[in-house]
Amino acid sequence: MWQEILGVGLMFALLLLFAIPLGKHIGQVLNFEKNWSDPFLGFIDRLFYRIAGIDEMQQVSWQNNLKAMLTINAGWFVLSMLVLSNMSWLPLNPDGIASMSPDLAFNTSVSFITNTNLQHYSGETGLSYLGQMTLMLWQFISAATGMAICAVVFQGMRERASEKLGNFYVFFVRSITRVLLPLSILAASIYVFQGVPMTFLGKALTENLQGDGIEISRGPVAAFVAIKQLGTNGGGFFGPNSAHPLENPTYLSNMVETISILLIPIAMLFAMGHVLKRRKLAWTFFGVMCLGFLLLLLPAIASELEGNPAIAAMGIQQNQGSMEGKEVRFGAAASAYWAINTTCTSNGSVNAMHDSMTPLTGMSAMLGMMTNCFFGGVGVGFLNFYVFVILAVFISGLMVGRTPEFLGKKIEAREMKIAMIIALLHPLLVMLGTGLATYLYAQNPDACAAWLSNPGSHGFSQMLYEFCSASANNGSGFEGLGDNTLFWNLSTGLIILTARYLPIIGPVAIAGLLAQKQYIPESAGTLRTDTATFGTMVFAVIFIIAALAFFPTLVLGPLTEYFMLY
Amino acid sequence: MKNSENTLFPKGAISAALKSAFYKLDPRLMLRNPVMFLVEVGTLVMLVVCVGIALGDQSQGSLAYNICVFVLLFLTLIFANFAEAIAEARGKAQADSLRKTRSETPAKLWDDSTGKVKLISSSELKKGDVFVCTADDIIPSDGEIIEGLATIDESAITGESAPVIREAGGDKSSVTGGTKVLSDQIKVVVTASQGESFLDKMIALVEGASRQKTPNEIALTILLAGFSLVFIIVIVSLKPMSSFAQAPIAIAAFISLFVCLIPTTIGGLLSAIGIAGMDRALRANVVTKSGRAVETAGDIDVLLLDKTGTITIGNRKATAFHPLSGVDPQHLLRASVLSSLADTTPEGKSILELANLDLAKLTPKDPVFVKFSAETRISGLDFEQTRIRKGAIDAIRRLVENAGHSFPDQILELTSKISNNGGTPLVVAENEQVLGVVELQDIIKTGIRERFERLRKMGIKTVMVTGDNPLTAKYIAEQAGVDDFIAEAKPEDKMQYIRHEQAEGRLVAMMGDGTNDAPALAQANVGVAMNSGTQAAKEAGNMVDLDNDPTKLIEVVEIGKQLLMTRGALTTFSIANDVAKYFAIIPALFITAIPALQGLNVMQLHSPESAILSSVIFNALIIPALIPLALRGVPYKPIGASALLRRNLLLYGLGGIIAPFVGIKLIDLLVSIWF
Amino acid sequence: MKDLLTAVRLTLWCALLLSIVYPLLIWSIAQLSPGQGQGVQEMLGAKVHFTGVGQNFDPKTHFQSRPSAVNYNAAGAGGSNKGPSNPDYLIEVKNRIDTLLKQNPGLQTSGIPADLVTASGAGLDPHISVQAAKIQVRRVAMANQLQEEQVKKLVELQIERPFLGLFGPDRINVLKLNLALDQLRKK
Repeated sequence: MWQEILGVGLMFALLLLFAIPLGKHIGQVLNFEKNWSDPFLGFIDRLFYRIAGIDEMQQVSWQNNLKAMLTINAGWFVLSMLVLSNMSWLPLNPDGIASMSPDLAFNTSVSFITNTNLQHYSGETGLSYLGQMTLMLWQFISAATGMAICAVVFQGMRERASEKLGNFYVFFVRSITRVLLPLSILAASIYVFQGVPMTFLGKALTENLQGDGIEISRGPVAAFVAIKQLGTNGGGFFGPNSAHPLENPTYLSNMVETISILLIPIAMLFAMGHVLKRRKLAWTFFGVMCLGFLLLLLPAIASELEGNPAIAAMGIQQNQGSMEGKEVRFGAAASAYWAINTTCTSNGSVNAMHDSMTPLTGMSAMLGMMTNCFFGGVGVGFLNFYVFVILAVFISGLMVGRTPEFLGKKIEAREMKIAMIIALLHPLLVMLGTGLATYLYAQNPDACAAWLSNPGSHGFSQMLYEFCSASANNGSGFEGLGDNTLFWNLSTGLIILTARYLPIIGPVAIAGLLAQKQYIPESAGTLRTDTATFGTMVFAVIFIIAALAFFPTLVLGPLTEYFMLY
Repeated sequence: MKNSENTLFPKGAISAALKSAFYKLDPRLMLRNPVMFLVEVGTLVMLVVCVGIALGDQSQGSLAYNICVFVLLFLTLIFANFAEAIAEARGKAQADSLRKTRSETPAKLWDDSTGKVKLISSSELKKGDVFVCTADDIIPSDGEIIEGLATIDESAITGESAPVIREAGGDKSSVTGGTKVLSDQIKVVVTASQGESFLDKMIALVEGASRQKTPNEIALTILLAGFSLVFIIVIVSLKPMSSFAQAPIAIAAFISLFVCLIPTTIGGLLSAIGIAGMDRALRANVVTKSGRAVETAGDIDVLLLDKTGTITIGNRKATAFHPLSGVDPQHLLRASVLSSLADTTPEGKSILELANLDLAKLTPKDPVFVKFSAETRISGLDFEQTRIRKGAIDAIRRLVENAGHSFPDQILELTSKISNNGGTPLVVAENEQVLGVVELQDIIKTGIRERFERLRKMGIKTVMVTGDNPLTAKYIAEQAGVDDFIAEAKPEDKMQYIRHEQAEGRLVAMMGDGTNDAPALAQANVGVAMNSGTQAAKEAGNMVDLDNDPTKLIEVVEIGKQLLMTRGALTTFSIANDVAKYFAIIPALFITAIPALQGLNVMQLHSPESAILSSVIFNALIIPALIPLALRGVPYKPIGASALLRRNLLLYGLGGIIAPFVGIKLIDLLVSIWF
Repeated sequence: MKDLLTAVRLTLWCALLLSIVYPLLIWSIAQLSPGQGQGVQEMLGAKVHFTGVGQNFDPKTHFQSRPSAVNYNAAGAGGSNKGPSNPDYLIEVKNRIDTLLKQNPGLQTSGIPADLVTASGAGLDPHISVQAAKIQVRRVAMANQLQEEQVKKLVELQIERPFLGLFGPDRINVLKLNLALDQLRKK
């Protein structure tokens, strides 16, 4: 067991080892500083600018940046709908996969352009290779959208008064060419050597030892998995995601995939420190997020290593921990570690089935999505955190007797209104969604029986998890939920849309409004935001908003299951 | 009125406040405070439920329990309204004493065409009218003296019994309605129409009638409304969820959960805190024109202070005599005293004090006093053949050199040494021959250095404004411990300095009294005018200091900070309370249907009913328990923002988590006797 | 309007770079890898075995894989998605224990490792724990008329050690073990 825990420790150590220099690199890229990659990647950028007609030098207002972001996202949605609804006759379909139904195509398109990757289909049977390649494109550009929009917010946090917050397109292009693509090529190369398929051939037909024929799905997996993990996308090539032995064949591939999840979200913090020249602030934020992350991680690992008490009651020694839905090559600790990684960020890939995890792990995973800012998705995780920082700044500003200000900009009613709406949106979407689903179920249990693979409180958790996942743009699931129905496709699709774009618009608007305000230099009376005390305050605000709003649902779901099992 | 009531609850205020607490139940008034409005809605729902049970509804539990919940919610409302009412009542008590002074008084209206006086009532006075006041008259309205000089008793406004002198022209020309003329006669032009006078504004403000929400208060209301909204979502969605879990919840439990979770503590005390802040300012004898000004005072970055009267005591004092070598010190002493005999300025008097000679023996026969004139800038006296003169170095130098004598270099040395030490040299000459120098020094007020130190810890930069030359200014600035100074300051310099600081994003406060201060007072973010100042200055500033105490700004800043801190601390406390309330109520909601959840009942509360009632009781009682804190304010300590946050976070954050655990458990022990 | 045009051109260019150039690049790299990017394979005679994918084996003569919720369907993988408190699921686990006890004489319940009674995430777990192989040794040896020691040695040889000897669990690839068993049997 200690080897498993040591493995988790190694992954976390390596993660920090890579994330810090990567943060500096991203900082340089987003700040247009001289960078080692300029000589051999700069020309790709310029090619992009020329072909797309982007003026590299032009800076625009926050409103125009948002307009650009929304326009290009709308375009992707249309294109995605077209491909997914016509896969059956389009090329690259060796296994003869059928086109998606309109509601499933809607859900999938929305899910992938928003970096959510909630999958109400199974990769092997639901998508042609063209479909997979299209979704892979969204995995790249939805992550780049997050990074670019985060860069726009960084611009708004500078020590100056300005209307202009950089150029979304330029940040977008640079995020792809300088960060996402090089890292993906690196990761994918490791994966192919670990045995992840990268082929355009159809299913492999072979026999087992008894001579029965077996079919093995495969495809261009390695390229897909690399960006799926790096871009906090999480949509698996195969149905069981990275629990599938072809998507994640070895302990080493598992390490690379796990590290990839948190790599860019953490690096974005250090990139902020670099861009704003506020390294201590970056470390403070990192400390807060890390604390939240560890508080969710430790009970999860402990609980998974302890095993399922109901199985222990049958006399089984669970030295390996709880193994239902887990792979022997990773072990329980690495699976719990992944589960918290993937839910704290908006990744949503899995290397073990969350539905079968012990109640405390399930709750930690849900709390990761409920807070949705302990690192969070690429770019957008920081945006969510930013909203909580604004709220914390406000309350603590009052507590030290000074009109609250963040990085030298006064927080006033307008910013508070936006921050409060964004902070409220997530609980609203999750609770209303779950409320509606439970209402429908209670009205007509027979018709909805196929929804849930588990009875009682765990069944409730399955629905709650699905809405948390949709609203956090996470994409993982308690996969026992029978979710390819009109209700689930539409409800989660709409929630995903709302929960992606409003929490981007809100923080950008706040940053834009603050950017226009006069910069107030620091004095001894200014509340410093890069201290442990303020970090504690931010943590308390996150904890109270998430824990308070969601506590009743957690009681009805995982906590009831916990108290019944233990 | 000065600190007339130091008790939190003045006599008679409680019963009046209780009465008004019921008046305030009017939903139209409640709507101003979204949190408490929601409580009122919940209370009404409970009333309906109680009536339903009385009519035979079986599904909602016992009538006694439901009535208890209803009564407790009603009490929560009353307590919150009472908090606001008691704060207003304290203000009203002060307003009433003010109002007494402005009951109808006769006014002697001056008719310019006839040159005669007509007796009318003060309420008939219009802006621009001119009235006359003689000894023992109550001044009928705010105004500006256009003719004459009078001693006036302003104790009705300031509580200060020492009479003050007001005269036409200059910076001490304004009079306030309700004050009393003690001697002489003045002619006054009315500057404010009825109902808009200084007193009227003050009364309206302290009574809370014209209270506008400040920007911070608006932002906080948004935050609180947001928190309430979260719990509306929780409650609404909990209904289908609980039916899915087959754990139906009674309406009383729903409403109790909701009321306990929304931030009623801060919601109930919010307006009381605001009114109390203005009230505290008033108790410090500062009248604010808006609540916003008090809040802004808490944010001040730069403080502009006049040197004279603020940093140094009024005037310079003679501190030493420096005779020229070869001159008998006693001779210089005598000459200095003689030259100052007719000098009524404080400087002149201080020379006599310092020399401490027997004036009767000294005074010559038939002295001819030479008065100080702006032209010669020399004063002194002639007797017999002796001409003694005293003045600034350049004036005496001219005098000496014109008479054909040489001006000794030693004097130049002496005077520059004195200047460098922040002193002012006065040269004394006898018969156009220099005798020596009298050193005048500014006396820095005791304790002022500590006050500036305190300001620095608050993060406020102090700037001294003085007409002195840069050398002297620098010396005094260092002695007093101010951060910066403006030497040889003209009114435009102040203005420019303020603009410059504001352009860099800092908030500036200043104090002033003269008409030429008015533009700067208006430009500053917080301008405090002295009550003794001109009407123009009072109009331009956003606060008026009734005590005319230039160091009052420091108190104002602290009051502003206290106001924000009290709101912040109680918000934190209120929200932190929710943790314990959740652990009390949530198990109570489901425990009957899901017995396993007994494990979540960490407080071991007796029964679901007792748990819910205990939480609601705690929630209601905490409001009156915190009224004293809301009215007094959270004390401000200049220990740096981070340390202050740490302190308040521990006190009100951690305290806010722990207190209800203890409180609810104790109340439950009592309630479990019945439920 | 200008935004729309920029968006379309930018998207097409992204599609070219990310959906075509990038996969082709990775595909080219994959050609250098052991399996040429077609999944981990082991050629044994004319037969191709995908050792990376868990399979079903004859429960009498061979070492068994972990239970699979999808019956080892590598074209439609998945887990059971049963919660830890699900009564139906617990009955299933109990049945698996009983079956194991029946199949493996002398086996105690306390000796059964958890992985052998629980389904894996994809239903295609190619590995079992060392303990899971050890408890099957006696049955396999008896069914194949081999020495228990011989089979035990075979198992020991097939243990895959943790990454760098330190990180992650010990495990055994069932297909490789059974292929080795078949070879031992042929001798």
